[in-house]
Amino acid sequence: MIRFDNVTKVYPRSTRPALDDVNVNVERGEFVFVVGPSGSGKSTMLRLALREERATSGTVLVAGQDLGSLSARKVPRFRREIGAVFQDFRLLPGKTVDQNVAFALQVIGKPSSAIRQLVPETLEMVGLEGKGKRLPHQLSGGEQQRVAIARAVVNKPQILLCDEPTGNLDPKISLDIVHLLDRINRTGTTVVMATHDADTVNQLRRRVVQLDEGHVVRDEQHGTYLAPIGAATSSPPSDPDAVEDAEVAEEIGDLDPERFGGEDR
Amino acid sequence: MKAGFIASEVWSGLRRNLSMALSVILVTMVSMFLLGLGLLAQRQADTMKGYWYDRIQVSIYLCTDNSLQPNCQNQAATDAQQQSIESQLKSMPEVKEVFHESEEEAFNRFKEQFRNSPITGNVQLGDIPQSFRVQLSDPTKYAVVTSQFERAPGVASVQDQEKVLKRFFQIINWITGFSVFLAGLMVICATLLMATTIRQAAFIRRREIGIMRLVGASNWTIRMPFIIEMLVVATMGVALAVGMLWVGLRLIFNAGFNQVVLNKALIGANDVWALTPWLFGGVILIAVVTSVVTLRRYLRV
Repeated sequence: MIRFDNVTKVYPRSTRPALDDVNVNVERGEFVFVVGPSGSGKSTMLRLALREERATSGTVLVAGQDLGSLSARKVPRFRREIGAVFQDFRLLPGKTVDQNVAFALQVIGKPSSAIRQLVPETLEMVGLEGKGKRLPHQLSGGEQQRVAIARAVVNKPQILLCDEPTGNLDPKISLDIVHLLDRINRTGTTVVMATHDADTVNQLRRRVVQLDEGHVVRDEQHGTYLAPIGAATSSPPSDPDAVEDAEVAEEIGDLDPERFGGEDR
Repeated sequence: MKAGFIASEVWSGLRRNLSMALSVILVTMVSMFLLGLGLLAQRQADTMKGYWYDRIQVSIYLCTDNSLQPNCQNQAATDAQQQSIESQLKSMPEVKEVFHESEEEAFNRFKEQFRNSPITGNVQLGDIPQSFRVQLSDPTKYAVVTSQFERAPGVASVQDQEKVLKRFFQIINWITGFSVFLAGLMVICATLLMATTIRQAAFIRRREIGIMRLVGASNWTIRMPFIIEMLVVATMGVALAVGMLWVGLRLIFNAGFNQVVLNKALIGANDVWALTPWLFGGVILIAVVTSVVTLRRYLRV
């Protein structure tokens, strides 16, 4: 389902590769944790799988597509097969929960009859029934992440990529979120989750891929979190992606909300 | 994508970026107003040229007792001189028509033309000399007449109306050139402003765009609201410009000049309507091209 063959990624204006000759194969229906210290290449891996970035060398195959040769025109259709969840939720502050989830369907042209059916169904699945009319700021962090997850899976993607989904949440809530992801995985969705959260990894005992300075240093079925190897961070810093983000920050025109930061309105 | 959804996106986009939208409307309005003004001035010049070239005359003023011109030698033109000039004129192929205006006729015409002016009282019969009004078959050939009669006995002066008109048309050309030049600058302003507005709008909506890209919205879905927004504000700008041109023409230009001799030679509302599709077409083209280019540059997949 997701396959990295000898993948190396070097960001412009950076000498050290973010990923260095990585080989990973994720089968359909698997649940994989990607662990490792800040700057080890976890986010880069997910960005490559989402085709936010392209590999410097090697082959990235996702959902049957070779992302190296996928034309820009076909990227949107490819991304409809993939859901993505981030540490910062990325909800639209001016839209209600219902509208946030519906937005993902509206912009890909789903008929409104399908939207009216799918949105409440998905909100119920993530445990937010009855909260559709609320605005994001009226919800707790865990609930906001549930909205983000609902938005990611409402179009029933084959793959769900989660980049530190519990990074902003306290331990108990984190565990709830991971159990929700586990439930989604059991319906057949392939889930890849990059995380710093040792507790959740150790609780679920699923496959663990550990990265260190761009290399895969461990790939273990039913693995545990284990302490980091190279760098000395065991507790997540406030923004674990800061290093990589600085590396990927390109010209100001590129409209990735993550890179602009800040609030609108 | 549903039309209703796009419409609501466009509306919220305009509301969130209202000041920029307003400035695009105003700059588009001013640029198209100036362009329209220049083009209308040109149409006015063309209309007048046609009107005047049909009527253009060379006036040959004859000497009076008081004439100061050296050619007159302080003598009024004799009947014989007058007849000789008339027969010479009539034999020239360049001349279409000759009409003699006596001193009384000249005096009456003057009184009629300047009936509202205080200077009428000072002018007396005989102050305006008798003249031949010559209508040429080709108005550009006036030099032939001028050279032949300038020094003829009994002729005080030969006046060619085309000279006056030439100057007049030249001024209109300058006005046209200047307003089209200004309009060109304003169009550049409008284009740059549209580009800036789109960048700003894209920045304001960076979250939405990020999510749209993430969930696989097509490029056109992402870009369409921006393009439609530009079309809406640009079209409003042209509509206002056309409105201003129409009001200006009807209420100021036509109402001001209709009392005067020229009324047949004036442009009217029809000329504004004739320009309208071009102004709209031009602005729509600019808006679409600017949007597409800017979005291509700033919104990557």
